[in-house]
Amino acid sequence: MNDFDRRQFLQLAGLGGVVLVSAATGAARAADAMGGAPEDFWFVQLSDLHWGFEGPPNPDAKGTLPKAIAAVNALERQPDFVIFTGDLTHTTDDPRERRKRMADVRAMVGDLKVKTLRFIPGEHDASLDNGKAFIENFGETHYTFDHKGVHFIVLDNVSDPGASLGQAQLDWLAADLRAQPADARIVVFTHRPLFDLYPQWDWATRDGAKAVDLLMPHANVTVFYGHIHQENHHMTGHIAHHSAKSLIFALPAPGSQPKRTPLPWDAEHPYQGLGFREVAAHRTPVDYALTELPVAKG
Amino acid sequence: MAIDHERRSLIGAAGACALAPIVTRGAAALAPFVARGGAAGAPLLARAASAAAPRVVKVVAKKFVYVPNEIRVRSGETVELQLTAPEVPMGFNLPDFGVRTDVMPGKVAKVRFTADKAGTFTFLCDVFCGTGHEDMSGTVVVT
Repeated sequence: MNDFDRRQFLQLAGLGGVVLVSAATGAARAADAMGGAPEDFWFVQLSDLHWGFEGPPNPDAKGTLPKAIAAVNALERQPDFVIFTGDLTHTTDDPRERRKRMADVRAMVGDLKVKTLRFIPGEHDASLDNGKAFIENFGETHYTFDHKGVHFIVLDNVSDPGASLGQAQLDWLAADLRAQPADARIVVFTHRPLFDLYPQWDWATRDGAKAVDLLMPHANVTVFYGHIHQENHHMTGHIAHHSAKSLIFALPAPGSQPKRTPLPWDAEHPYQGLGFREVAAHRTPVDYALTELPVAKG
Repeated sequence: MAIDHERRSLIGAAGACALAPIVTRGAAALAPFVARGGAAGAPLLARAASAAAPRVVKVVAKKFVYVPNEIRVRSGETVELQLTAPEVPMGFNLPDFGVRTDVMPGKVAKVRFTADKAGTFTFLCDVFCGTGHEDMSGTVVVT
């Protein structure tokens, strides 16, 4: 399979929500089998832990995150880093309880074998105090870092309870992008979708289109996000947006039912719809092979 | 009746949003005519005023429910929602009609839309307001 075909295959696999390979360590084998260049590196995306949630949609709310951590630790090849794309905690009106939940999460993710952890907030973490408790526990809410030739941009569209990035952050993004060549390999992490996925369920960022406009001149941009508790793959022009599953409960497909209520727990198929993602970043051609993994094998 | 006809046309062309000032001006200009026309003029003004003013629906956005949370509108009707939030800042977003506003305590937020399509449409709070925020929604039913 030549590079073009391989790129097209990976893109289609992503767009269709198809698991590219099923084995935990299969992404590398798949890349090799397809004759492409081996991946430059891997990272793992965990999202929407909602630590502190209790309710029928997940009777094992306290056990799911430890299972996910164990599943990541069991990967044959450990990722270079783990990114948590928001809603580490379930919201609470009590600031002390919010901090306790964050401290619990920090302690638990310390059990991961990989020690390079990146965090971004979700609205449950940050929207009631403009990110104050999150910053105390996990650091800045928007930042950049570079890893093996990829420029990562973390955007915060939740510290504003109105779900805006805000002009200051957009200016910061514009300045950062000006320093990047047009063909830079750019990955954006954020919590909410930057496009209007389904505003009727608050699945949008009020000024997300401005961020997409700023990213558009760059040829190699991919966005990974959370918030909607399910896989979704969407293109805005040449920019791919991939949402991740949750580690607490699944949500229905956009607009598929009147209310955005969690999908019920299925006792015969526990943890169904939950999971995490590993991403193999390839240099040539620039692409990302996504592998969706379950919390627990069932 | 020529004056009546012209005035109707003016109101029709002006559209709902710009109507109020026109009616005010029209009423002032027509005053002598109404006086002369006696009873015949009064119903005209009443009808014009009725067509000009959208129906007002008062909505309270409180933790974590809108009251009312179902707003019934006739197809083609223009409605003005007057929203208040007695506790904390709230949002109101009705994406299918392209209207949204912040609702700040102590102020009345107004949004206006014309129900140009039938169906049931979700509105929601899009300002994260607390533990029950994600359940805070309602519907506009256009029949």
